[in-house]
Amino acid sequence: MLSAVTFAPLAGALVIILFKMFSRAEDSAFIEKNARGVALLTTLVTFALSIMVLIQFDPQNPGFQMVEYVPWFTELGMGYRMGVDGLSVLFVLLTAFLMPIAILASWKVEKRVADYMIAFLLLETLMIGVFCALDIVLFYIFFEGGLIPMFLIIGVWGGANRVYAAFKFFLYTLLGSVLMLVAMVFMYLQAGTTNIEVLLATPFAAEVQTWLWLAFFASFAVKMPMWPVHTWLPDAHVEAPTAGSVILASVLLKMGGYGFLRFSIPMFPDATAYFTPLVFTLSVIAIIYTSLVAFRQTDIKKLIAYSSIAHMGLVTMGLFALTELGVQGAIFQMLSHGIVAGALFLAVGVIYDRMHTREIAFYGGLVHRMPVYAAILALFSLANIGLPGTSGFVGEIMAMIGTFQVSTWAAAGAAIGVILSAVYMLTAYRNLVLGDLTNPKLAEINDMNIREWAIFMPLIIVTLVLGFFSTLITDVTAASVEQLLSNYQAALAASAQ
Amino acid sequence: MAPILIVFGPFAGSIIAGLFQRFIGDRGAQVITTGFLVLSALLSAWVFYDVIFAENARTIPLATWMQIGDFHATWSLRLDPLSAVMLVVVTSVSALVHVYSWGYMSDDPHRARFFSYLSLFTFAMLMLVTADDFLQLFFGWEGVGLASYLLIGFWYKKKSANNAAIKAFVTNRVGDFGFALGIMAIFAVFGSVSFDSVFSDVEGMSALSWSFLGMEYNAIELIAFLLFIGAMGKSAQFFLHVWLPDAMEGPTPVSALIHAATMVTAGVFLVCRCYPLFEAAPLTSAFVTIIGATTALYAATVGLAQNDIKRVIAYSTCSQLGYMFFAAGLGLYSAAMFHLFTHAFFKALLFLGAGSVIHGLHNEQDMRKMGGTFQALPATYLLMIIGTLALTGVGIPGTPLGFAGFFSKDMIIEEAFMMGEEGVPFGMLAFWVGVIAAGLTSFYSWRLIFMTFHGKFRGEKEVLDHAHESPPVMMIPLILLAVGAIFAGITFKDQFVGRNAFTFWEESLPAGPYAEGNYGDEYRASLAEDVLAGHTDLESESLEAAVGEGDASAPSQTTDSPAGAAASGEVGEAHGGHHPPTWVLWTPLFVTVFGFALAWFLYVRHEGFGARLAARKGPLHSFLLNKWYFDELYHFVFVRGTAALGDIFWKVGDRRIIDGFGPNGFAASAMAAARRLSRAQSGFLYHYAFVMLIGVVALTLWAMTGAGGE
Repeated sequence: MLSAVTFAPLAGALVIILFKMFSRAEDSAFIEKNARGVALLTTLVTFALSIMVLIQFDPQNPGFQMVEYVPWFTELGMGYRMGVDGLSVLFVLLTAFLMPIAILASWKVEKRVADYMIAFLLLETLMIGVFCALDIVLFYIFFEGGLIPMFLIIGVWGGANRVYAAFKFFLYTLLGSVLMLVAMVFMYLQAGTTNIEVLLATPFAAEVQTWLWLAFFASFAVKMPMWPVHTWLPDAHVEAPTAGSVILASVLLKMGGYGFLRFSIPMFPDATAYFTPLVFTLSVIAIIYTSLVAFRQTDIKKLIAYSSIAHMGLVTMGLFALTELGVQGAIFQMLSHGIVAGALFLAVGVIYDRMHTREIAFYGGLVHRMPVYAAILALFSLANIGLPGTSGFVGEIMAMIGTFQVSTWAAAGAAIGVILSAVYMLTAYRNLVLGDLTNPKLAEINDMNIREWAIFMPLIIVTLVLGFFSTLITDVTAASVEQLLSNYQAALAASAQ
Repeated sequence: MAPILIVFGPFAGSIIAGLFQRFIGDRGAQVITTGFLVLSALLSAWVFYDVIFAENARTIPLATWMQIGDFHATWSLRLDPLSAVMLVVVTSVSALVHVYSWGYMSDDPHRARFFSYLSLFTFAMLMLVTADDFLQLFFGWEGVGLASYLLIGFWYKKKSANNAAIKAFVTNRVGDFGFALGIMAIFAVFGSVSFDSVFSDVEGMSALSWSFLGMEYNAIELIAFLLFIGAMGKSAQFFLHVWLPDAMEGPTPVSALIHAATMVTAGVFLVCRCYPLFEAAPLTSAFVTIIGATTALYAATVGLAQNDIKRVIAYSTCSQLGYMFFAAGLGLYSAAMFHLFTHAFFKALLFLGAGSVIHGLHNEQDMRKMGGTFQALPATYLLMIIGTLALTGVGIPGTPLGFAGFFSKDMIIEEAFMMGEEGVPFGMLAFWVGVIAAGLTSFYSWRLIFMTFHGKFRGEKEVLDHAHESPPVMMIPLILLAVGAIFAGITFKDQFVGRNAFTFWEESLPAGPYAEGNYGDEYRASLAEDVLAGHTDLESESLEAAVGEGDASAPSQTTDSPAGAAASGEVGEAHGGHHPPTWVLWTPLFVTVFGFALAWFLYVRHEGFGARLAARKGPLHSFLLNKWYFDELYHFVFVRGTAALGDIFWKVGDRRIIDGFGPNGFAASAMAAARRLSRAQSGFLYHYAFVMLIGVVALTLWAMTGAGGE
């Protein structure tokens, strides 16, 4: 089942590739035209499959479910293992949910459409694989593999400065990951297996944990991204095409948080406890620092990118609070941010498609021509601010309450970020949407069309429903989070003796 | 069912008006939203009766919002006397404002949106007052903040309106920063966020100390303090008051509903709702008193010099909220709620009356361009006079004659004196501030009346020629509010703070020292002792009858004001009653009359004297006109400070330090490779895919050989 979800997009990509390879030159226009349809259909099928996974998933069971095993280099202690638990299953769903939206948002891409769709489908396989892999080698392949299609999406279909951005993105994440790879090799040498389930039960010596933790941290901190290794993200976002930004913000960043949950916290509990103050400090700096920077941005995509970093700071803070509320809030915040930040980037895409600029100063008074757009952007801006009733609030308040129990400093710092988010988001909204329509170039701009409606509708519904009924999420994650925390406490208690 | 309809009816109206305005049109939106609101108001009156007089207080659970371990936040409707009072205030004022807006907004092309926002606000406010836990309260709290933001910025073409909207939202967020931390602390200390379980545990936690930001505090003091920061933001108290005057950029009905009668009183409601916490937090209560008193005085002084008719009333609101807060800080929760209740009527009346003036004078708000309009606007004039009499608290001590504000505001002033006598911290300060602010209130209120309606018209003649009285749809709500402004005090005095206060509030609020001293158990006991001493042979039945009689006779002597009791002093004193001295009773009236006389002297008798005084631009006048330069200070420190920090972090931190030393060094060498890549772009994707596959295989092999090497 999980393999089906994971590799369904790859199958779609292969279909397009095969058509491309075995077609005559005069058919290429036909292929380019239909690649979109194939990709959309593939992602919809994948989404349907992921829903079936969720239906089969038993939320009461804290362990891995739907585990698949295929022998693969067994003599080396490896294997093809897939499985999900409460920590990962919703990320699979999130990815599969957002992909059809991303494809739909790419409908207007004209440059090498087939290749574009192949890249996205490949990316989906790799992203879902990250969340399902139960073997570190497999995990690493998916985790690193995702870099390549993303690198191409930015580098080929991106904006003017795309090559710089693509390389910055690639180098940062790759350098982080190299350290993780070394750590993984070391773990394999120690435990004699790459099976994550076994590794989770393998205690590592405290001094070893420190180094392993730092190596994993290097990779996940870049992915999140945490301050001060965050500067690749604004550049990557600015240059990426709309759908690329959506996937980057909504899914790729979450891999860092997921990595903390899957590896750093359960496998290296002593080191986690040791480094918690460091993580809190970096998180609070990230929240305040990037919120202030966001306030000064003139490029709307950069603003949202910096806002993403601030929100991810809240996630790392909640995760390392290691209280039930903190971890649950962080997971909720990751999922919510996936929806909200994705929607914000899509909203930028709507006006970028029409005007081909992201300069805030270019716009102003959009509400006069685009009232529906104004309303939708308002909703997601407010969700980003964390207004109660939207999903943004639930994760935020739970993470903060959970952190307050551990560190009032961190919680107070995060709460300052809540003030600042209102400052930059409302200012940007005012400058984009409100006021008089002064720029004559905007006089003929049109409101949203049916395709754009279809993109936003599901996101609006999810944002509001989760804002009012958060147990839809937290009931799924509860058992696994409880187990994560009880194991963590037990490990700390054991090493204290 | 009725409570659900009360709360969610306006929500339904808002959604219908907002989403389907194209189908139902402006008129449809008006009819639907107003219909739901009127229904809400009627049902609220019934719930008020049901909860308070039929003693049917209850909580209706609706759904689970958040549930994680012990942390449980629910959607529910809590109906107790406190929320019932708020329900009546909110729905009735909101319904009247909806009706009024039919006339006031009749020319606006975006009426449907306006009514949608108004109803949305009402919904959020109702969620706030019916919350059963801190999370839902916070939902309503932020919800009304959102509605306020939307309505202040309703005329989105106006730059000043957009800026005022952001200022309001952000200032409120500063308050919410405290509120949110308060909620976190509540959960950390009590392990729950629901009212009942928190309040019932207060006693057990009163000695607990809690470490916050590296300092040790009493846990209850800390929580109460943090919550009060939230209240300061929402209720525009000193330091966080700066948004309220600017909020007058919104349409006038909005000012009446949100920035006078309901939303800004949410902070007072919060303190009253959490009275068990504040009672256990004497330091924070003293702080509440100081902030309340400071605001009452500060806003009243600034009100003296303002020229915009709405701003004068806005500062007056700010000042009256200060009264409510210092009352709450002194432990006079029922008196604070009573003033909140009466204030809603007369302040909404004043705002809507000002709206009628503005409407009649074609959107003129500057009082310097008004004058002598009472002939053109006779009904509005009369109603504004009623509102002013109610605000200034005119009434005759010792008699039941008085306007609404007389009973509530004077009660706060007198009780502050009594608290001061009893040694409650800052009670005497609050009393004197209350007296002085009452004088200032009288002055600026009458100044408003005189500048607007009396003397010569100072605007363009054309405006006066076209000046017209407002249509009935606007006047009827004004008349109803005027009825409230006259009678709300006398009618409900006994219920809120008098002899029925015990059964009125039940557990939701303490009846207050006044009710306690005159009608409480001690008083009954002392009466009973007298009876016993006099008639030792009486059976126990007749004892009870005697107590009952004593109970009944007290109000007949004291009639309906504390003054009455003092006038016929012996009974009260003989039985340990609770009565301020006579001079205290008359002082507020005296300063009120003095304020009136001074205003009359400066603006009627010597018309233009005030204007000449202002024209001299003396330092004091400039200081007041510029609101003590708070905006300038905040702009410099916060707005510019935030921008400067943001620039430093961005341009120096990110670009120069992080990127400069980090990736750009790398990038310099990478750019060469990049140029090669851009040439390679002509290839096809499957080439890349192939390369990637090789890479993956290579990495895997490396991992395996690395492993095998051991």
